[in-house]
Amino acid sequence: MTKTLQVQYFAILREQRGLAREKIPTAAATAQEFYEELRSRHGFTLGADQLRVAVNDEFAPWDAPLKEGDSLVFIPPVAGG
Amino acid sequence: MFRISAEPLDPAALQRLLVNPRAGACATFEGWVRNRNEGQPVRALDYEAHAPLAEKEGLRILDEARAKFSIVGAICVHRVGSLALGDMAVWVGVTAEHRGDAFDACRYIIDEAKARVPIWKKEHYASGATAWINCATRGPVASGTPPQKSGS
Repeated sequence: MTKTLQVQYFAILREQRGLAREKIPTAAATAQEFYEELRSRHGFTLGADQLRVAVNDEFAPWDAPLKEGDSLVFIPPVAGG
Repeated sequence: MFRISAEPLDPAALQRLLVNPRAGACATFEGWVRNRNEGQPVRALDYEAHAPLAEKEGLRILDEARAKFSIVGAICVHRVGSLALGDMAVWVGVTAEHRGDAFDACRYIIDEAKARVPIWKKEHYASGATAWINCATRGPVASGTPPQKSGS
């Protein structure tokens, strides 16, 4: 079933995508499926195994089911400090 | 208090927030922008953060520090934006009755913040090249599961 998700991009993903946020209709059932879809469309260099994912501003497992309107952020390796 | 700041950090003002008559020790850590990383001359840094998630994860780290160590207060503030050499990127301050817990908790907070909080650093090199630190080099993260509270 198609749903529309919001995605925010940070750091290297934002640069590779060329924008900071977008809304995307997708049939992906999980965050992992959704990332793979985006990765093949936009050529992201990072694999899902190098990222974490947050759904609605909380870290979530990759197999978490997605619903209409969910807001996703893929978290590249962090480097604060 | 854990905060992401777009403004320069003021360590004296932050430290005043920790004043407490129970505290006999205050340990602080400042992270500064340095001019080299892994042999390359660095000219400037950009930091960006996913602020809502960063502040939640940062508060979890401070809670963990309170559970693990006997401390009175703890604050961590991290800059975002464009920073020049010598600018302060992060400030951590911890008060405790005694110095041991203040030092240990301060170390715990900065180590966990660097490893877990969604903040990213882009280095600008003297050569003109740029790089997002850890994005090209870091291996897989542990199965992409949410971080476990390490507890006490």
